[in-house]
Amino acid sequence: MSDVAGSYYLPEPSKWPAVGSIGLFLTTGGFAYALTSGVDGAMGSMTIMYIGFAVMAYMLFGWFGQVIDESEAGKYNAQVDTSFRMGMMWFIFSEVMFFAAFFGALFYARVLAGPWLDGAGNNAMTGSLLWPDFTFEWPMLSVPGEGYDTPTGTIGAWGVPFYNTLILLTSGLTVTWAHWGLKKDNRKQLIIGLALTVALGFLFVFMQAEEYIEAYSHLNLKLSSGTYGSTFFMLTGFHGLHVTIGAIMLTVMLIRSIKGHFSEKHHFAFEAAAWYWHFVDVVWLGLFVVVYWL
Amino acid sequence: MSEHHAAPTGITRWLFTTNHKDIGTLYLWFSFIMLLLGGSMAMVIRSELMYPGMQVVDPNFFNMMTTMHGLIMVFGAIMPAMVGLANWLIPMMIGAPDMALPRMNNWSFWILPGAAILLVAPMFMGGDFMAGQGPAFGWTFYEPLSGQYGKLAFFVFAVHLLGFSSIMGSINIIATILNMRAPGMTLMKMPMFVWTWLITAFLLIAVMPVLAGVVTMMLTDKYFGTSFFDAAGGGDPVMFQHVFWFFGHPEVYIMILPAFGVVSMIIPTFARKKLFGYASMVYATAAIAFLSFIVWAHHMFTVGMPVAGELYFMYATVMIAVPTAVKVFNWTATMWKGSMTFEIPMLWAIAFVFMFTIGGFTGLMLGLTPVDFQYHDTYFVVAHFHYVLVTGSLFAIIAAFYYWVPKWTGNMYPPLLSKIHFWASLISVNVLFFPQHFIGLAGMPRRIPDYAVQFADWNYWSSIGGFAFGLSQILFLVIVIKTIKGGEKATDQVWESAEGLEWTIPSPAPYHTFATPPEVK
Repeated sequence: MSDVAGSYYLPEPSKWPAVGSIGLFLTTGGFAYALTSGVDGAMGSMTIMYIGFAVMAYMLFGWFGQVIDESEAGKYNAQVDTSFRMGMMWFIFSEVMFFAAFFGALFYARVLAGPWLDGAGNNAMTGSLLWPDFTFEWPMLSVPGEGYDTPTGTIGAWGVPFYNTLILLTSGLTVTWAHWGLKKDNRKQLIIGLALTVALGFLFVFMQAEEYIEAYSHLNLKLSSGTYGSTFFMLTGFHGLHVTIGAIMLTVMLIRSIKGHFSEKHHFAFEAAAWYWHFVDVVWLGLFVVVYWL
Repeated sequence: MSEHHAAPTGITRWLFTTNHKDIGTLYLWFSFIMLLLGGSMAMVIRSELMYPGMQVVDPNFFNMMTTMHGLIMVFGAIMPAMVGLANWLIPMMIGAPDMALPRMNNWSFWILPGAAILLVAPMFMGGDFMAGQGPAFGWTFYEPLSGQYGKLAFFVFAVHLLGFSSIMGSINIIATILNMRAPGMTLMKMPMFVWTWLITAFLLIAVMPVLAGVVTMMLTDKYFGTSFFDAAGGGDPVMFQHVFWFFGHPEVYIMILPAFGVVSMIIPTFARKKLFGYASMVYATAAIAFLSFIVWAHHMFTVGMPVAGELYFMYATVMIAVPTAVKVFNWTATMWKGSMTFEIPMLWAIAFVFMFTIGGFTGLMLGLTPVDFQYHDTYFVVAHFHYVLVTGSLFAIIAAFYYWVPKWTGNMYPPLLSKIHFWASLISVNVLFFPQHFIGLAGMPRRIPDYAVQFADWNYWSSIGGFAFGLSQILFLVIVIKTIKGGEKATDQVWESAEGLEWTIPSPAPYHTFATPPEVK
């Protein structure tokens, strides 16, 4: 039951946004309480956070489920479709800007802050008075101050990161191949293409996890290794999180494809997931060049 | 045509609503509550500053008041009020039945109360309220001071939620404007308010994620061992300021561009002339938005930057005066030889033009690097940004209320009370903020609970003005409630020479407007 007013589609009142707000509040509130209350309070507040996660999951299933039902029932006209497209486009733009902040931090730490600490520019006294023994190099394996984890090495670009680049680029091809299949109504090609993409996506996440284990247990490269470790893990970590989200989105598309959803002309959810996938792909290329390679 | 369902009733109407008018109302009430909360904190600040010496609160509590006042006013009062106006007005102005993504619209709003709780709750944690347990590091939360704060995580997540809400709201506004316009409503026929919000929404989507990024770095620096802002680990606290102000400067225009839009709607109506230079207004708005991305470091001239950087940021900053002056001249030219009448919304709009211009001029002064070295972090800065934010943004929001409330409620505002509200606000706000220019130029630093006795006289008058301005806004609350409850019935047209689709529909506007798209010629 919903309002179809003239040529417009207007959804009826929905509980899902309110559920989502409660979920977000419990998640962030619980996590904040856990972080600030020390060990004693942490258990209880972590529980609040997990309840928040559960509420969020309930909301995601319910809300997206409803949207999928409405879509399959043919309630969305071309105008709604355009709204969805714009929504996804601008959402991806906001994600780009989020990564831009961290790329900017990497640039600043490497090109400006590091050399300044070593006395570059008019900072000769900074170098000689505060940390005379510090010499700047990038990757910055030893930091000016005491008490930081000193890495014994870095992750080379041409090992796992290079294979991961190939994996992601290949997955970009397979998702496009799946899209071609969908457009010419070749279900088999769609499903195989998507299954390959999802598998490559999770393979990427698995290899990234291996790389992190290597960094933490063998190289002593940690979040607490100064700005090199900070930028390395924050950039690759947020990227890995986005790959995981994208892979989950594509998994949903795979399940829907198997169930027989989508038509040659009407499959925006698939396209949105594919756009998102290409976005994490492009971010990775940036990461590969400025975090691993240069 | 199908029939419309009646609006659901009770609390679920507001919790589950997908109606742009309901959501607009929620935003406006939320921002009013935040205005009163942030305003009461300003009253504490002015009480402490009324006389030299320490008399009312603990210094840390004072710092908490200035911090929370700023955060609540920026993120809780001004921004949600603008989004509330956007929700109410944009669909009516472009001939759409609702926002493009109504469910997400609801979510954008209902994230806010949780964010407000996370922001305010630390003030009440840890026993002694008067000791000031909440954030007390200034609304700009500079590192490394903010990193010392024990309950930083609450603040960080509050900002995350606020950003999440703003981004979704802005996506919705852009999709609505670009996709839901009635046939014939070309981009260059859109009312100025719609144009300014289109550009504001773009700014929000571009910079709110950067804010989310910088608070995330603060969070990991404090709790997970990273060293973004820690020089001993190779980072730099100055980097915090760069990333923060990359968000912060466009944020200034996020709060003022919709106000420009409001004023550009009101002045033509009561001058009975078309807006002078519509196209140049559009281009000027876009130019201001573009420039806002490349001037951020003028907030940090004294932090230590290469001279070339100081010069560049000075020149770029002063360039903003050009498109801003285009706007002020266009408003003036619209009034020139118009058949002017001075209804309440027009009074607020004219006050806006005058006093925003004062704030603009002091902004020019502050934008000059050598001059800023003296003015930085003084009350001159405080006076400057209160002229653009209070007599600018807030006055425009109030003007918008008086202008459109007959359309929203079907009732006219109480004329005498509204006139008192205007004149009381106008006089008191100048008594409040104008002397702050003098004490700032004389060297009184901001964010200080005590001061040297030579600043005493002007601080006294500033406080008197502050209390009067605060009381005037209680009167505003009375006016809002009275207007909602009753009053002279408004016609559909409301204002004799108002133009735009919103005046073609009944007053009060029906729950669903434009079930079939109107034709725009």
